[in-house]
Amino acid sequence: MWMALSYACWGISILLALWMLYDWFKVDTTYSEDVLTSSREGELEAVSEKHRI
Amino acid sequence: MTTALEPAIHGDRVSLLRVLGPAHVWALGVGIVLVGEFTGWNFSADKGGTLAALIVCWVVGLLYTSVAMIDSEVTSTVAAAGGQYAQAKHIVGPLMAFNVALFLVFAYTMLEVSDAILLGDTIVAKAGVDGLTHNSFIAATIVVLAWLNYRGVLMTLNVNFVITAIAYVSIVILFFSVSPWTQGAVLKLNELVTPGNALPYGWIGVIAAFQFGIWYYLGIEGTTQAAEEVRSPARSLPYGTMAGMITLLIAAAMTWYVCASLMPWEYLGITPYPLWDAGKLTGSPLLENLLFIATLLAAIASANGCINDAARAWFSLGRDRYLPSWFSAVHPKYRTPYRSILFLLPIALAFAFIADLNQAITFSILSGVLQYTFMSINIMMFRKKWPLGTIRRGYTHPFHPLPAIVLFCLCVVTFIAIFLGFGSQLIAMTVFYFLISLWFHFYRYRYVRRGDQFTMPWPKPQGY
Repeated sequence: MWMALSYACWGISILLALWMLYDWFKVDTTYSEDVLTSSREGELEAVSEKHRI
Repeated sequence: MTTALEPAIHGDRVSLLRVLGPAHVWALGVGIVLVGEFTGWNFSADKGGTLAALIVCWVVGLLYTSVAMIDSEVTSTVAAAGGQYAQAKHIVGPLMAFNVALFLVFAYTMLEVSDAILLGDTIVAKAGVDGLTHNSFIAATIVVLAWLNYRGVLMTLNVNFVITAIAYVSIVILFFSVSPWTQGAVLKLNELVTPGNALPYGWIGVIAAFQFGIWYYLGIEGTTQAAEEVRSPARSLPYGTMAGMITLLIAAAMTWYVCASLMPWEYLGITPYPLWDAGKLTGSPLLENLLFIATLLAAIASANGCINDAARAWFSLGRDRYLPSWFSAVHPKYRTPYRSILFLLPIALAFAFIADLNQAITFSILSGVLQYTFMSINIMMFRKKWPLGTIRRGYTHPFHPLPAIVLFCLCVVTFIAIFLGFGSQLIAMTVFYFLISLWFHFYRYRYVRRGDQFTMPWPKPQGY
């Protein structure tokens, strides 16, 4: 049973790794680099925090 | 939500998703740490005896309570992914921030590696089958959890909440199953810890025990990495972090009491599975199996939280161009830093396959203590530059500057303890951080957009 579990672990690892690689490729070819790297630190804070004491 | 079918792009920006609450913050912090009760803390008994393990439990608890209080105050104000990295950037400066981010990535990646090795070794020990190695279990742990993190932070931390709670409850069940109010029936603390063997190496043994006492609480500061994904950072982060610290202090005390009452210090100090062994020593197959499963769940929860935190620290470095901005990509559907998660995946796998558990743990602890030392200096500068009343704080920690001074002093003691046990690794890591700092200062910093990196809408610091 333990050996079967071990083989199952290899199988799941390979499948999920391949899925992530596929999704990575799909996303990178669908969206522009500007959109994907458009996150900015503290955007919400700049809007909501007035820092009035 | 993370599971939305359509890509969630608001305007022309894709950012991390604000979906987490205080329970997720608790799950992230306690999830990373709780594995230390299942293995790690007990090696302090080997360094200084069972009583030394208890002394460091409380003294290091004080260190981490200071960490949690300081962190809660600063992070409730600097609510950005990267946690202590973002704090260092705004309060100390870019070079410190770069180093702190590397401390974070090293501490969490090496802890993830240690967790995966622990999980693999535990399964192999349970199976007792010739030819079965831990490699497949290590690979599955790291890849499955990376996939979970890739798919979204909400599900990742929901899973962490459930498995951390189960692991925690197993400690509580063990504690009450051994009649803790009655010595002699199952527990034999009076016989196992005597004045003759309580501190076999004297007080120098207590100092040496600090190195592994860190394991009781290592990683609770990881809650701050969720700052950009919690709905209300000023409320959730202090609440989740302090609740996590209280939870861990209780778990550490229960763990020490049960294990010290069941095992002599000579064995307690070397076993890789103190709680699982405690379950076996009760003679109950149910408790034995429960503690075996809880050991696995604690390792999984820790590795899961570490992947989350390391990826966010790496992502933040990319976003500020301290590293190539390619790493700052956010998945348009799952809203996670997917490239950072994928980049760190093979690195974790490589270390897990080639490094041994002791090396990985030591690198993690060293990077953690370097980070705590920074935090004690950071809070002093924060209070000096922006005194109370000048900016809004979600939480203000009491007794300043006492926690910072206590934290700094305990970090110095821990460095001495690490030097006693792993002096060469300490020197090697210091040299590494020095060289990488030179690279950042003289080469990489030219690519940073200097004005863009300071994002908090704060007034000018006092004295500037």
